[in-house]
Amino acid sequence: MNAAPDATAVLLEVRDLRVAFETGDGLVRAVDGISFGVRPGRTLGIVGESGSGKSVAALTVLGLTRGVRTRISGSVRFAGEELLGAPPERLRALRGDALALVFQDPLSALHPLLRVGAQIAETVRAHRDVSRAAARARALELLELVAMPQPRERLDAFPHELSGGMRQRAMIAMALANEPQLLIADEPTTALDVTVQAQILALLARLRDELGMAMVLITHDLGVVAQTADDVAVMYAGQIVEQAPVGELLGAPQHPYTWGLLTSTPRLETPRDVPLTPIPGRPPSAVHPPPGCRFHPRCAFVREEHRRVEPPLEAVDGAGAHRVACLLGAEARARAWAALGAGATPEAARAAAGIEPVAAAEEAGRSPALHGRPEARSRSSCSHTDDAGLDAPRG
Amino acid sequence: MLRYVVRRLLWAVVLLALVSALTFAIFYLLPSADPAQLRAGRDASPATIATIRHQLGLDRPVPAQYWTYLKALVLHGDLGYSWFSQASVGSLIVDRLPATISLALGALVVWMGLAIPVGVISAARRRSWIDRLTMGGSLLLVSAPVYWLGLVALYLFASDIGRFPLLPGADSYVPLTQDPAKWFTSLIMPWLVLAATFAAVYARLLRGQLIEALSEDYVLTARAKGLSERRIVLRHGLRAAITPLVTLAGLDVGILLGGAVLTETVFEIPGIGSLNYEAIRDGNYPVIQGTVLVAAAFVIVANLVVDVAYRRLDPRVREP
Repeated sequence: MNAAPDATAVLLEVRDLRVAFETGDGLVRAVDGISFGVRPGRTLGIVGESGSGKSVAALTVLGLTRGVRTRISGSVRFAGEELLGAPPERLRALRGDALALVFQDPLSALHPLLRVGAQIAETVRAHRDVSRAAARARALELLELVAMPQPRERLDAFPHELSGGMRQRAMIAMALANEPQLLIADEPTTALDVTVQAQILALLARLRDELGMAMVLITHDLGVVAQTADDVAVMYAGQIVEQAPVGELLGAPQHPYTWGLLTSTPRLETPRDVPLTPIPGRPPSAVHPPPGCRFHPRCAFVREEHRRVEPPLEAVDGAGAHRVACLLGAEARARAWAALGAGATPEAARAAAGIEPVAAAEEAGRSPALHGRPEARSRSSCSHTDDAGLDAPRG
Repeated sequence: MLRYVVRRLLWAVVLLALVSALTFAIFYLLPSADPAQLRAGRDASPATIATIRHQLGLDRPVPAQYWTYLKALVLHGDLGYSWFSQASVGSLIVDRLPATISLALGALVVWMGLAIPVGVISAARRRSWIDRLTMGGSLLLVSAPVYWLGLVALYLFASDIGRFPLLPGADSYVPLTQDPAKWFTSLIMPWLVLAATFAAVYARLLRGQLIEALSEDYVLTARAKGLSERRIVLRHGLRAAITPLVTLAGLDVGILLGGAVLTETVFEIPGIGSLNYEAIRDGNYPVIQGTVLVAAAFVIVANLVVDVAYRRLDPRVREP
């Protein structure tokens, strides 16, 4: 890495980042040991359900989660500089300048009583010693850059006078005010209409290429990742469970949670008669995460040892960039995904992978009616959600 | 906007008519001392009282009395004459108004001047010793009645009866036009006393509003933009938090312009409030009616000003 030219050097490098909040209910481990890196001109997508810790990780990179009740450890290096212990003034100087953030809901993230142009211009003036007029001219330039319709009029508009898409454009213009090296976009399209979503994603990709920024795109939507990201990290319960270049992740996903994300999202290439399979259950508590693999209570491929042993994040095939934290063998995973990808239910896929079902503690008393009859399950396709729980044998 | 204001002003007229009718009804229907008897003095003969009653028109039916009053008011802007001094109510009010305006506006400056810095500092330094100290102190002030506070202030600092005779005491008011310096010193104590409770209430309110505003998403955005903490609090937080305070202050000043009765009475300031107090004491009906109408008019106008100002302060409600 030391010999690598600047353009390909890792710009943001996060190592074993942990963020925990002290609350009345106990210590909330929002982020629990994640590592990732982003290079200039590349986009890292961080995918996960709400509460998986992805937004907290982003805010922590910018030093925005600091507080007396927050415990942060690990390392966040930006262009070689350690940010975690950096003095607040240093972080303030970086925020809005080299490091920029775009939030999910531009209506609440823009100040309702200040004009759009003024909000952009003050970002410029916070970091550059320029006149008001120059900052305003720069704001206009930025609105043009993000393809805001009638940019001159919009300078003096209030956020509520803009549409959702225009607000997000204004937000992005604000983030770009000082040509950041790293742009973190936290669910930038979640609050927008689908048609506008595509426009905003295209805009972000264009700007990343034009400005040579590194980008971290946080989303719960694999479709967004497929469209924009180069690399993907899948987060679950504060940890990264799978990490890969986007093509690899979508083509040969390794983690049952990733499979769940993929089979619960409609995709054009899946056969039309294959029903979507929701991931059963809810994300685990961040105060008392389950022992062993944190996904095991919701996993259709669970084995007894998965409840005790915490899986390390390991390379899938020795040296590759594809890493997964799963205790299943590579072969079992390949067979399971092959079945799932072809439209099989999780139970059928499990059988195909040769994994014996094991009893979950709370499910032990329930009838093992469907156990051992995978063909029956593939017919009863409307009840996939509950199948994972139903076919546990008495044990 | 103009249409809106005109509509509101028309409503104001209706409202004032209702207020005057209500004042009239309360004065005549509720048991109170007979104004004729009060005027006639002690040991007056029933004949004298009857004559006075006739002179004042009190022997006519109540609706007829009200009609006469209303006619004079609407046609000639005539609020009638004081039953005691024979001066016109209009001129009495005009004479008393400068003192009340001096008191109310001065108090506004003092209470906002205290409340804004205190509210901002205690919100920005939440749970610090300065926050606890100012909020504890403000709780004391909120619970201290103004007449008590006024008397304590006089007892401590008035030049005539005070333990530490620092400031002019009661009955020292001098009009601004006569002697600005004396006007100022004579009002320092009334201003502080009248402003104390308001300052405490407003500081607490601002603190709460500002804490709420500082937890909004747009403040996180401001932090992410790398703005200084000072700018985040003063421009982004305060800008949002001050709006309800400004509107409330408009109403409070409107009410005070109608007469700060207790403060004016304690400090013997010749304002609308003390005029109102004297009129009630003397059963001086035309003056009561006049001062109540003026007070109501101030509140109505203040309301209108506040609503118009709110549209200026919050662009989201600009369209009527």
